[in-house]
Amino acid sequence: MSAIPPLLAVEGLTKSYGGIHAVRGVSFSLRAGEILALIGPNGAGKSTCFDMLNGQNKPDSGHVRLLGEEITGRKPREVWRLGVGRTFQITATFATMTVRENVQVALISHEKQLYNLWGSAPKFDRGEAGRLLELVGMGGYADRPCGELAYGDLKRLELAVALANQPKLLLMDEPTAGMAPRERVDLMRLTASIAREKSIGVLFTEHDMDVVFEHADRIIVLNRGTLIAEGSPAEVRGNPQVQAVYLGEGLVYDARHREGTSA
Amino acid sequence: MAFYVVQFLTGLASAASLFLVASGLSIIFGVTRIVNFAHGAFYMIGAYIAFTLTERLSGAFGFWGSIVLAALAVALIGVIVEMVLLRRIYHAPELFQLLATFGLTLMVEDLVVLIWGPDDLVGRRAPGFKGAIDFFGQNIPSYDLFLIVLGPVVLGILWLLFQRTRWGVLVRAATQDRDMVAALGVNQKWLFTSVFAVGVFLAALGGALQIPRDAVHHAMDLRIIVEVFVVVVIGGLGSIVGAFVAAVLVSELNAFGILIFPKISIILVFLVMAVVLIVRPWGLFGKPEAAARKTPGLTVNPWRPLTSNERLASLAALVIAATLPLFAGNYALTVGSEIAIFVIFAVSLHFLMSVGGLASFGHAAYFGLGAYGIAFLAKMAGLPMIVCLLLGPLLGCLGAAVFGFFAVQLSGVYFAMLTLAFAQIVWSIAFQWVSVTGGDNGILGLWPSSWAASPSHFYWLALGVAALVTVALRAMVFSPFGYALRATRDSLLRSEAIGIDAKRIQWTAFVIAGTTAGIGGALFAYLKGSVFPDNLGISLSVDALVMVLLGGVETVSGAVIGAIVYKALNIWLVSQTDLSKLVLGGFIMLIVVVFPKGIVGMLEMLAQRRRKSSPPGSPLLAKPIESAE
Repeated sequence: MSAIPPLLAVEGLTKSYGGIHAVRGVSFSLRAGEILALIGPNGAGKSTCFDMLNGQNKPDSGHVRLLGEEITGRKPREVWRLGVGRTFQITATFATMTVRENVQVALISHEKQLYNLWGSAPKFDRGEAGRLLELVGMGGYADRPCGELAYGDLKRLELAVALANQPKLLLMDEPTAGMAPRERVDLMRLTASIAREKSIGVLFTEHDMDVVFEHADRIIVLNRGTLIAEGSPAEVRGNPQVQAVYLGEGLVYDARHREGTSA
Repeated sequence: MAFYVVQFLTGLASAASLFLVASGLSIIFGVTRIVNFAHGAFYMIGAYIAFTLTERLSGAFGFWGSIVLAALAVALIGVIVEMVLLRRIYHAPELFQLLATFGLTLMVEDLVVLIWGPDDLVGRRAPGFKGAIDFFGQNIPSYDLFLIVLGPVVLGILWLLFQRTRWGVLVRAATQDRDMVAALGVNQKWLFTSVFAVGVFLAALGGALQIPRDAVHHAMDLRIIVEVFVVVVIGGLGSIVGAFVAAVLVSELNAFGILIFPKISIILVFLVMAVVLIVRPWGLFGKPEAAARKTPGLTVNPWRPLTSNERLASLAALVIAATLPLFAGNYALTVGSEIAIFVIFAVSLHFLMSVGGLASFGHAAYFGLGAYGIAFLAKMAGLPMIVCLLLGPLLGCLGAAVFGFFAVQLSGVYFAMLTLAFAQIVWSIAFQWVSVTGGDNGILGLWPSSWAASPSHFYWLALGVAALVTVALRAMVFSPFGYALRATRDSLLRSEAIGIDAKRIQWTAFVIAGTTAGIGGALFAYLKGSVFPDNLGISLSVDALVMVLLGGVETVSGAVIGAIVYKALNIWLVSQTDLSKLVLGGFIMLIVVVFPKGIVGMLEMLAQRRRKSSPPGSPLLAKPIESAE
């Protein structure tokens, strides 16, 4: 065993709903600064897996450790405090607040000022909020009501919010779903450069194989709740089992999927 | 032993009517997602019409025919209400729907008095069930036995209706996903209308069947609706079996509660409700509520602090208000003090409702607790006014801390119903616990100290406190806490994902709002010189809601203007007409349907239209259900 535990270590994660085994004995790990893609056909258990990592869902058994610390079954807000940011498959933002205010709330929470009744929130970390927005290319939208944003911009805002607590680990559930092809590439390129620069580990799920193969350092493949392959993009691409259960159908599905969303 | 059995059977008999009304409410909510506050009113009209018909039609056939005929007539009224009023507000936020149906309730209360008079009416006994059956020396009315059988029979009929008929299948499908049902080509309009008619029929039948047991009177609507809310909170909204089980449970708790706590029997029901809410927040048979429907375009203008010009203008308005004693008489100053106190009350609710997204239907509880706090401190402990004013609101704070803890576990309509039920419990305690609160006679003789005794001094005191409270709460809106509170309102999921303990934030907001309301109540006690249970009654809670709504829910400054306009209108109206509830109820419905953004919202919209010619969002409430087409 090395002295430093991996950033994220998942061990034997299992979850059933009634008789359906959504996730069965999934184990993997993630190093700081590494970009790991979790792929698999619809219903493979990706989202369930994801939700168990940050406490949105409780596993039946198994362990999730962050830098060696057990975080299994902790509440999402506690996991966040330990340095895990997350974006959602269907974006969750504060629709009646401006873009800047969305980031400011995250900063307020990060600096434990949530119960500060008298300070001025509009001035709170205004510079830092602006910097985060610049970072994701949203600097020009700071004063726009969040409810007016296009879907792709919401995704970028979520990234800025997720970065507000200087996370060690980013969990991104389908970060580019619903975006135009050009935006997808831009967003993932941005994510990758931030991750490498700040040594943040990134775990993401994605249906777009172009995005996955271009940006992931490593890929793990989930099918019917179990991991069936793990390796570099080249290795996974060449894995016959993966081709059989996933890529064969996946590419067909993906082509349709993209046609539907970019229309 | 026999006594307990009889008590148990009496409880079961009471459960029948409660079940009928609650199941009607549940069915309507399941499909239309409207919590029909007017359900109690339909129950009451059912009883009144049945009373009239049974007086006219003789014989057994006449009696039972009258009961059914009354329920059918009320169902017809329900159909008209659905087509004229509800169709316009299906897409409105829950708060508006609750308020509109409450407005209807107010109108019905006055209409009923207008038609049938204010006195209690004692109806005929049911033919065939006039006697009583002897049970080991205890009498059980045979009509009670009839009701005990009726409950399960109606449950069975409803079950068959929903399982075995085409209509029932559609209703069940719509309960799960009404948009999908509409997409499958079902005429949603008539489905909604028919469901509403069935629900109202059940409520009216419940009322009509009460005639042989209870006198018919014009306050029976509020009493039943609160019990029904408790029943559906315990049983789970949308579940008919849940309504049955909870109706039996609540009725039995009432029947036996009288034996255990004769003075405050309602405590027992409250304790059971609290336990259920902790263990199963969505009721015994309910399902977790789907995420609250987002109303598109409701708050598109993000809030901002006042500009320096606006600050100057507000200060100028305050200074002008402060000069009132220079030229106005004592009556005007008393009215002015009352308005200032209601500004405090309205801004406290506004903070909870608009900033926190938690529409409390029982905010008067904390206002009244503040007032009672003063009464206890001044009359019993004999403390001076300044000490009382500082400590009195703490009773409101305490009440908000206890009830708020449970209330924030829920959201949306459940939150509204729960806060209403809590307020009614506090009211019952104030009403029933005569040895401490004086009951209906209240606590009299609370006079301000000499430094605040003159109308002008008291006016300045009230105005000063109101200004202070308004500024403080406004500052909180733009404090880090205010941002966090708004965040929990917009997205619980995201809040939790960025480390915010949403329930605790909301609880804190509830306590802040309750304490502030308590400050208003404390001043009110000194203004009136007395405290009565009405100071924490439902109608006062609704006054607060209307003030916020009138000013504009989506605005930060609306509550102040809403309170001033509403209170002034209200005082004037009461002096002009005996039918103030009728006018007020109509007024509420009018704002909800035609004027949903309130005064300040309208002004802001006009100002915006002048700034840029781009049209603001289309009036979102005027739309009928388009998906039905």
